[in-house]
Order: sequence, then structure tokens, then C-alpha cells
Amino acid sequence: MIIALLADVHANLEALEACLDHAREHGAEQYAFLGDLVGYNADPAAVVDRVSQFAAAGAIVVQGNHDAAVSGASCEQMNESAAAVIRWTRQQLSSAQKSFLAGLPISKRDGPAYFVHASADRSEPWAYVFDGLRAAASMSAAQAPYVFCGHIHEPVLYFLGADRRPQPFIPEPGVPIPVAGHRNWLAIVGSCGQPRGGNPAASYALFDRDRELLTYYRLPYDVDAAARKLRLAGLPEHLARRLETGE
Amino acid sequence: MIEIGMEIDGFRVVERLHAGGMATLFRVETVAEADFPIILKIPRLAPGDDSVSVVSHEVERLMMGALTGPHVPRLVAAGDMARQPYVAMEMIVGPSLSAWLDKLPLPAAEIGHLMAAVASAVHAVHLQQFAHLDLKPANVVFRNNGEAVLIDLGLGHHAHFPDLLAEEFRRPVGSAPYMAPEQVAGLRCDPRSDIFALGVILYQLATGELPFGSPTSIGGLRERLYQDPVPPRARVPAVPEWLQEVILRCLEVDAERRYGSAAQLAFDLTHGDQVVVGERGRRLRRQGVRDRFKRWVRAAGWEPSPCPSPSARIAGAPIILVAVATRHNLPAQTEALQDAVRRMAIASPASRMALVAVIPVPPLFGSSDPSDSGGNAHVRELVHLKHWALQLGLPEERRTCHVLESDDIASAILDYARINRVDQIVVGAPPMVGGPHQGVAYAPHPGAVAPRIALGAECSVTLVRPRHDG
Repeated sequence: MIIALLADVHANLEALEACLDHAREHGAEQYAFLGDLVGYNADPAAVVDRVSQFAAAGAIVVQGNHDAAVSGASCEQMNESAAAVIRWTRQQLSSAQKSFLAGLPISKRDGPAYFVHASADRSEPWAYVFDGLRAAASMSAAQAPYVFCGHIHEPVLYFLGADRRPQPFIPEPGVPIPVAGHRNWLAIVGSCGQPRGGNPAASYALFDRDRELLTYYRLPYDVDAAARKLRLAGLPEHLARRLETGE
Repeated sequence: MIEIGMEIDGFRVVERLHAGGMATLFRVETVAEADFPIILKIPRLAPGDDSVSVVSHEVERLMMGALTGPHVPRLVAAGDMARQPYVAMEMIVGPSLSAWLDKLPLPAAEIGHLMAAVASAVHAVHLQQFAHLDLKPANVVFRNNGEAVLIDLGLGHHAHFPDLLAEEFRRPVGSAPYMAPEQVAGLRCDPRSDIFALGVILYQLATGELPFGSPTSIGGLRERLYQDPVPPRARVPAVPEWLQEVILRCLEVDAERRYGSAAQLAFDLTHGDQVVVGERGRRLRRQGVRDRFKRWVRAAGWEPSPCPSPSARIAGAPIILVAVATRHNLPAQTEALQDAVRRMAIASPASRMALVAVIPVPPLFGSSDPSDSGGNAHVRELVHLKHWALQLGLPEERRTCHVLESDDIASAILDYARINRVDQIVVGAPPMVGGPHQGVAYAPHPGAVAPRIALGAECSVTLVRPRHDG
């Protein structure tokens, strides 16, 4: 069973379609969307509709902070441009689309895998897993061999060793990494719709559950189209630049 | 408990070969016929136990699955980690490098021959993003054809996989006599640590002694950060200066000062006469107390530099073969070739240029003219080649000159490139005849050498042609 892991799509339809095409070609049979379907980019309605279709067919979808903000939660924690896009997005979505986002679970467990947008450790809301200690906290809270998450936009892999202080491992795109199930792993799959790390290519990952292999990918997609839509919608210019540069 | 005659996943245990601290080795037979002998390696402790032997077993099966080629044993199967962990792999029949340890010290020529094969094997795994990190004579076995095979991959590091050992053990792991300074400091990702280990093995083969002994404490291990080894020639005067130069370069504390790649080391081991001998090769005593104190102070705050990926590091230190035709009389061609080589030297500062000229095989019984005898022709060509090399303006240690004797220029260059693991060949292309409007045509001389090299080379080939000013 190969599971496609997509996080932080952020209303980027071009990036989403590129990842979905690639996943289908590589034998994905199951899909998991790790939150933040909307925000930052200009295609929230189309992305929510696309993911709803997958959800209806059995895909795992969890809620991200941008999804929660659009469907009513406060966006006080966000920076000004992110909050501005949230307000714009609310106007773009139908009430059905908003209630789809509002109804998403925070996390989902499926066999050895635990899916969550930010951290399984909920002692603070939407905590960023930006170091080994936070990765360890999320892994301990999840109590599962595999934690798949997003929120941080750059792809990273952690595993829990004897000293309980995991170090980040930066995966090489396209190289299958053996992730034996007798250890604890936390995979941040990278952002599909607002990639970072100086690389504008979309991030996502495939997890082969039977062979215990995790492969991260970076896919080129039509960045120009996504940036053009963003500018046409009158959203902040630096978000368009960010798509173009990946910075 | 594994017993003789037992069957594990279709492997029948025939003989216990070795019981080490980390694992036990058994020779096995398969139900299906295999075309090579197979051994089963079983880690010593029960699964679930997070000791070095279990983690290194996990690492070894990972590495054996990831690495290919003749320089690592072939993986046959791996047992289920929870039920019965094992690795079934090809048994290398030839002798281990440790078989030479009771004949020490070895003559330089034999060391060069043996260790060039080992360095080539190390280069081959470095190109696959793998640093072995536990090289020692017992972990090198030779196939019947002389190729070296690196075994015991369980302490290695692969740039594409998370480092299970670094995560589990914050203390240095490896074999104390052979461990590089950066490994002592806990860094496990630098392929140049393997170059250091090769230096220790070379030292051992040349002198019969270990350069840093066999320390058993961290403090003892750290000594190699500030204490330089007794120069090999001080122990065994028969060690040639070039070999001491090679050994001490491998043993530099700062990895930046060692060889840029194991292929460059292999090159020097097979071209001792071309090694530029400096103070390092000539010294007969270790540094004085003052120098040692300075190094000690530096070592106290020493931080190894972070690791790039093995193949990126090696790609930055290529061996470039420049095919030089000293005889033909085309100044524009010579100038274009030298320009191209200078540009490459600047673009890749750790590269080495091997300048190669080919002369015809001298007649077997010599000619009547003594000045025309084979030896003289060879020397004359070398003089021309060295003169040509001088015009590049490269430091001496970055270039070597080689005159080959063959009646088939292209084959001679291709063979040389293959044997010396050359990364790129630069060759002057035959000049175009006629203007551009007449289409492309090759002059008959210097023959079809360049296109034949381009078609037959196992590496990249750059054809250099002067601009046509007509």
C-alpha cells in the first residue's frame, strides 16, 4: 500500500495537480492531506473541491491552522499578509466549502501511522516541530511508529533513538529511505503549495507501508501560473515572489 | 542458538567461520543452487536491544542493499528483524589484507600495488555516497582478480540515509588505531576519514608499527589531534620519500589537507616517481615540543568542519587527463588546449591534471642510429611534455606527466584513463578543413584519435578546437 502525503497545499492548484499526477504515476493507492489546504494562494475553492472528492473516496484529511482560521477561528496569531489572505479566502469559499474545512479532524490514526498538521503534542496550539526536542514530544504524544505532518514548510525526517534527542535529517529527493517500523519516525513532508528552502519545486512524499520505504519528492510545476493568479487576485506581492523563488 | 545443520529461511548452516564481538559468521548452503559461496552474519544480541551490534547490523543490511559493484559483497537476503535478524551475503574467497601483517614491513612497490587496489575500492563506494568509517586490514579482502572488497559496512555512513549510529551513540565508534581525528570528535560523515584510515594502514604496512598505537581511552584517542606520528623513514629507512609523503598527507589532522579523493591517492600509489616530495616526505623526526604544544592548544578548541556529501566532495577533486600531441605544429590548437586546461584548473581547484603523450613503440632491435633508440625517444618526449606542462602555470603538485608507448594512440589513452579512474579527458579535436559553408570535414591527421576517444571513454570527454578565423 503506497500512501501519498501532501501537506500545506495552501490553495495552490497547479502544485496540487502536479503532485497528484506524480503520485498516481508512482502507484499511490491512498492519499493523506496533512492540513492547510487554503491560505497564501489564489485557488482555495478549487483546491477544497478537489480534496473533498478525495475525502469522499476515503482519503485522510486533517485540519491545519489556516483551515481553522478560514472556518471561523481567530487569525490573530498570523502575520498580516497571511491574515489578509485568510479574510480574502473567506469571501471566496461557499458555506459548504467552509463547513468542510471546519469539520476536519485535528489528527487521524491509521494502523502504525498518525497524521497531524502540526504536532501530536497539543500542550500549545499549532506548535512548530522545528527541532529534535519538539519532534520527540510529538512522537511520544502520538504513540505510533510513524508521525506524518506539515506546518513547517521544509522537508525533514526525524527518528527517535536511544538518547531521545532526534537530529533532523534532510532527505535527498527521489531516494527511498528505509524506515523500519520497529523505530519511531516523524516525517515533515514539506509544503506542496508554498515550497521553501530556496527551491520553488513542490514538496510531497510517498510512503510504501509494506516495504517500509519513505520517498520525498520535489516536483517542478507551473509556478508562473500560480503566481499570476495570486497577483490578479490582488494578494500581497511578496507571496507571489515567494512562490517564484522558494525563499 | 544457531547450530550446524540448522535451516534458516532456506539456508542450511554448514560451518561456523568466526565468532566476533558483534556478530557470528556461518557458511551456509542454499536449497537453490547459488553461483557463489554464501555466508550468514548473525548479530550477537537479541533484537530490541539497542546496542551497537544491533544498530550496526541494521546499518549493514541497509548499506548492503544500497551499494552496488564488485567492491562490496553481494547481498543475498536479510532476515526479519523481529524474528531472526541476519544478513546472507556473498563470501569473498580471497585473502584478507591482514594476511600481509606477519610479513611487515613490505617493500614500497608491493604496498603501492596492494593499497592502490584498496584506495580504488574506497573511491568506488565514496562515489555511491558511502563512507566506510571502519577501514582496517581485517575489513579488506581481495578477490582472485586482485580487486579489493570492503567488508563490515555496519559502522558506515550513507549521505542519503539518516545516521542510526550517530543518533544512538554520542561517543566515537570504530577501531581505535585507524580512527580519524574528526571521528574522535564524533563526526561521522566525512569520506576523508577513510583517507586517514588508509594512511594508517599504509604506515603499518611500510613500518610494521601503528602510527598512533592502540589507545583504549578517549584521551589516548585524542592524542592524534596534536601529536604527529614518527615519520615512517625514521623507523624504516628503506621507505622511499615519495611513500612517506603519501602516508603523511593521508594522516593530516585537517581533512582539507589530505587527498581530495581516494582516486587521487590510488594515482600517487601507482605513480611514485611522480609524487612531488616536500618537507613532509623528507622529515626524519617528529615535530619539536613547541610545535606539539601549539598543536595541542589548537586541538583543545578544534572543531571539525561539517560534512558535505561524499560524491559532491569527490566531484570537486577530479583527475583530468589531458591528451597532448607535442609533435604537431599547430600553435592555435596548442593554445586552445592550454587555455581550456587552465580554465578547468581554475573552475575546480582540487583537480589534478595528468598530461599524457603517446609515442610509437620503439622497434624491438633498435635502429642503427643510437640517438633514435627507444629510451631516448621516451626521454625526449617527456622533456617536451614537461615544457608544455610548464606553460600551464599550475603548481607542480597539481600536474603529472606521462609518456605512453603505443602504436594505437586512442587505445593507449583510453586504457590509461580507465586504469587510473580518470574523471574527464581533454583532447584537441582535429582541425576543420575548408570554411563553414563547405560543411564539416576532418583532416586525415592526427587521425581519428579524438572521435575514437570520445566514443570509447568511460568518462566525460571534452574536445577542444581553436576558433576558426577564416
